[in-house]
Amino acid sequence: MNTNLALLLLLAPFIGFLFNIFFGKSIGKTASGVIGTLMIVVSFIVTLYFFGAITAKPEGIHISLFDWIQISNFKVDFGFQFDQLSVLWLLFVTGIGSLIHMYSISYMHDDENMHKYFAYLNLFIFFMITLVIGSNLLVLFIGWEGVGLCSYLLIGFWHKNQEFNDAAKKAFIMNRIGDLGLLIGIFIIGSLFSTLDYATLKTAIAGATDLNMYWISAAAFALFIGACGKSAQIPLYTWLPDAMAGPTPVSALIHAATMVTAGIFMITRLNYLFDLAPDVQNIIAIVGAVTSLVAATIALVQTDIKKVLAYSTVSQLGLMFLALGLGAYEVAVFHVITHAFFKACLFLGSGSVIHALHGEQDMRKMGGLKKVMTITFVTFLISSLAISGIPPFSGFFSKDEILMVAFEHNKILWFIASLASLMTAFYMFRLLYLTFFKEFRGTAEQKSHLHESPTLITFPLIVLAILATLGGLISLPTNSWLNEYLAPLFTKVATEEHHFGTSEYMLMLVAVIGGLVGIGIAYSKYIKQNLVPEEDEKITGFAKVLYNKYYVDEIYDSLFVKSINGLSKFFRDNVETTLSSLVFGLGKVTNEIGFQGKKLQSGSIGFYLFAFVLGICAIITYLFLAQ
Amino acid sequence: MNVSLILILLLVGAFATYISGDKVASKVALFFGLSALGCSLVLLNHFNSGENISFLCQWINQPNVSFALKADGLSIAMLLLTTALTPIIIYTSFGTEYKNAKAFYSLILFMSFAMVGTFLAADGLLYYIFWELALIPIYFIALIWGNGDAEERKKAVVKFFIYTLAGSLFMLIAFIYLYQQAGSFLIEDLYKLNLSATEQLWIFLAFFLAYAIKIPIIPFHTWQANVYQKAPAVGTMLLSGIMLKMGLYSIIRWQLPITPLAAKEYMYIFVSLGVAGVIYGSIVALRQKDLKKLLAYSSLAHVGLIAAGTYTLTIDGLRGAVLQMIAHGFVVVGLFFISEIIFRRYETRTISEMGGIRTQSPKFASMFLLLVLASVALPTTFNFVGEFTVLYSLSQINVWFAFLGGTTIILGAYYMLKMYQQVMLGETNTKVFADVTFKEGFALVLIIGVLFFFGMYPKPITDLITPSLEEILKVINRV
Repeated sequence: MNTNLALLLLLAPFIGFLFNIFFGKSIGKTASGVIGTLMIVVSFIVTLYFFGAITAKPEGIHISLFDWIQISNFKVDFGFQFDQLSVLWLLFVTGIGSLIHMYSISYMHDDENMHKYFAYLNLFIFFMITLVIGSNLLVLFIGWEGVGLCSYLLIGFWHKNQEFNDAAKKAFIMNRIGDLGLLIGIFIIGSLFSTLDYATLKTAIAGATDLNMYWISAAAFALFIGACGKSAQIPLYTWLPDAMAGPTPVSALIHAATMVTAGIFMITRLNYLFDLAPDVQNIIAIVGAVTSLVAATIALVQTDIKKVLAYSTVSQLGLMFLALGLGAYEVAVFHVITHAFFKACLFLGSGSVIHALHGEQDMRKMGGLKKVMTITFVTFLISSLAISGIPPFSGFFSKDEILMVAFEHNKILWFIASLASLMTAFYMFRLLYLTFFKEFRGTAEQKSHLHESPTLITFPLIVLAILATLGGLISLPTNSWLNEYLAPLFTKVATEEHHFGTSEYMLMLVAVIGGLVGIGIAYSKYIKQNLVPEEDEKITGFAKVLYNKYYVDEIYDSLFVKSINGLSKFFRDNVETTLSSLVFGLGKVTNEIGFQGKKLQSGSIGFYLFAFVLGICAIITYLFLAQ
Repeated sequence: MNVSLILILLLVGAFATYISGDKVASKVALFFGLSALGCSLVLLNHFNSGENISFLCQWINQPNVSFALKADGLSIAMLLLTTALTPIIIYTSFGTEYKNAKAFYSLILFMSFAMVGTFLAADGLLYYIFWELALIPIYFIALIWGNGDAEERKKAVVKFFIYTLAGSLFMLIAFIYLYQQAGSFLIEDLYKLNLSATEQLWIFLAFFLAYAIKIPIIPFHTWQANVYQKAPAVGTMLLSGIMLKMGLYSIIRWQLPITPLAAKEYMYIFVSLGVAGVIYGSIVALRQKDLKKLLAYSSLAHVGLIAAGTYTLTIDGLRGAVLQMIAHGFVVVGLFFISEIIFRRYETRTISEMGGIRTQSPKFASMFLLLVLASVALPTTFNFVGEFTVLYSLSQINVWFAFLGGTTIILGAYYMLKMYQQVMLGETNTKVFADVTFKEGFALVLIIGVLFFFGMYPKPITDLITPSLEEILKVINRV
């Protein structure tokens, strides 16, 4: 029963993929979109079943299908594990996935390759489910690389544009740098514990007496590199903003709500391993905090609506890593969930705007949209309030918990995270004001076409806005359902229920005031003073550095891409030719010896006689000397 | 029933193809290729049911040479690789017209015969004869039916011939020395020899020269890219798909068990050499202008990793190497076929003259992409199983080896995706590109099917090869 349902859960999207690849074109656009969506709905329903099953059976459900890979002293099977963590992830992957599929039916309707779009989107959900429900690290790795592939396919969906293709390629390669880290981590774990299975690993670690801490730290660090790639953390974050080349629903699903949270999933999954490596945890916390700040500063000055949201995602992911590094896994998971709601809503909202403006993404050419796009505006406003940490929206609760944990551990980290949060409030409301307030700044032709998006687009927005509003309820500061639900996963006792005293309320107040200050600055600049960001060439000073993303892309380009290409050219033009001429040289030497040797056989009897006599003399002398 | 049947079948096939005439030669060759495959599958079945399908008879009395064919899991796996790829390779040629087809197809079967012989031979001299015999057909195939300027082609092909022949001579000397010690060429007798460390080193090096040139391992690879480029598609497939596996197979079968002391003593050097090949090949592949040359360097990188795996002397290294040999055989044949399909339409192999093909031929684009993904070892492809196992074995020696060898997953993705982008993507090409024909599609689907099936379920192959690899490892660890 469970096995069949698990297969249904997993294979429904895959069947959708196959169907759309082979028959999608012939059955028409709407039908292909509807089938794609229904397959994810099926998975969502099965997930609900598993949610119930896990509630009744907190120790989880394990399913093993067949032996996959054989390593010297252990086998890796193709198996699934349903527990609190995987079910939670499944819920929002398939839930938000269904909504975004639905949204795409309308959004992508003008694209000639809509069936392919749905095929890839279905394939993505298939791999994401694999990633989440795998019972060992190698099945996770299938999903891990598989979602990377789908991300590649969807970023480069409009493959006539080579810039989009470059972005897709960059995403794939940067992810693979992380993947190598993940693989190395897997190798180390495999050789330390002779298993890659989560459950066995957990028991092995719990039961072990003399653990090799050096190698455990190495494994944790390598795995963290993998997480950096997938979840766009410093130094492997630059692919995510470029990934905005893909269709906007893809950005919402893959590059905000689901795939980029895979790193957090993996670290939470292996929390018992990371708990043993405090040094690595510190690194994670610092990298997370720094990433959240750096990305937030870049987002301050971007003018492309999707770029702002992309850097915002990097920044929010940084906050989640901060929580992970501080050992507050359940807090990170909480923020993953609320972030999935409001960020998906924000991306879909920006998609609705872009759709209405026929592809315009520059906020300088927007404005005044709240009059015509009421639903989009209201949902966008709610999500902006949520991400800015204004109560009672969901983001307030999750972000507040992160800040509180940070404050307990390290004031500097708390300060960095608070600063990032303040900036978040600023750039989100900057975005909101520029897009929806004041007068429309686009062309007259665009203006005449302005319209609210159809129901297929607004319905997911409304649902997500409701979730973004209420999502905080799952983990209230004094009564957290989420923490209790996740408790069986953690070996350490989950962060003890906060004793809620004055200092906690003060912290909360500070955070809210910070958010309001950010909003206030945005208000005074963009509403009161009616400013509009300047043209690209007029940006100067530090703003220019920020606008150009600290020139990190350029630095990476000259440091890595150029040097490896230069090396390649050198190898091709110099080393290869030299090696080749060496081999030919050997041939030439042989040839030359033969040529010179040929002269000995001149045919002159006199020379032969001379050589003959000389030879005999030599032999006789030798014999004499030998005696 | 024993394995000599396959040899007879292929040899008869070669003759039958030659006398059948140009018109039907390709079909006759395909028929015999398929028969050989069917026959190997039947033999596999016999082998699995525990029957002895080896073959042994006295061949020459003075010196003492036997016609010994040994069928264990390892050689059967290589036999299956050869007999599965041969008909596919013949089938891929159906869209191209070859002059003097009867000789062409006859040579393919003859080459298949020699390679099967190499994989099965259990007598040093017999093995050496098959090893050299395989060189003759590929020499003519590349020389006569190859492409590009005839003079340049001749230069490249003759270099290849002399170079590999010269390398193999050292192996012959090693065998003669071994014969003097053992009084027999039989592999079991050679396994039993107790050679001193110095003797082992020299023999190890003599073998190494032959194998390093054939595989090729850097810096002995200079013949490769040019010959791959100049040879006809079929020749390149035979070379890269099967023939270079002769060298890798021989490391496992002959070199390591006969000279285990040397192999252990110098393990780090040879693993390093393989890993260096991975990085070097990948980097050179980045800036290739010719599609076939790019694939040649990618092949250099992949076989470097396989060689590194064999030299780890661990069960994972050996098993991963054999799995990866098979996976690489299929994927590289597929990719060279892709290059041939493009050549049939655009008459070029220069990457910069391509681009914008995907919009015109969705089926071709999908199949090409799947092969690219297999080549970069995406999980669920067979290549991942092999590459993962090999990298795991490297990590057991030293985790930095796994890191350096693992750069293939980054660099491989880089050069393959870059190539795919340049060849397939971008604005629609002004030149028409017809989507794959049924025949082309069928061959590609077969290859892709094999790669994904065994990627998810490698167990049959793992179970087939593991016992014999453990046997060999026992021989290696006898000292």
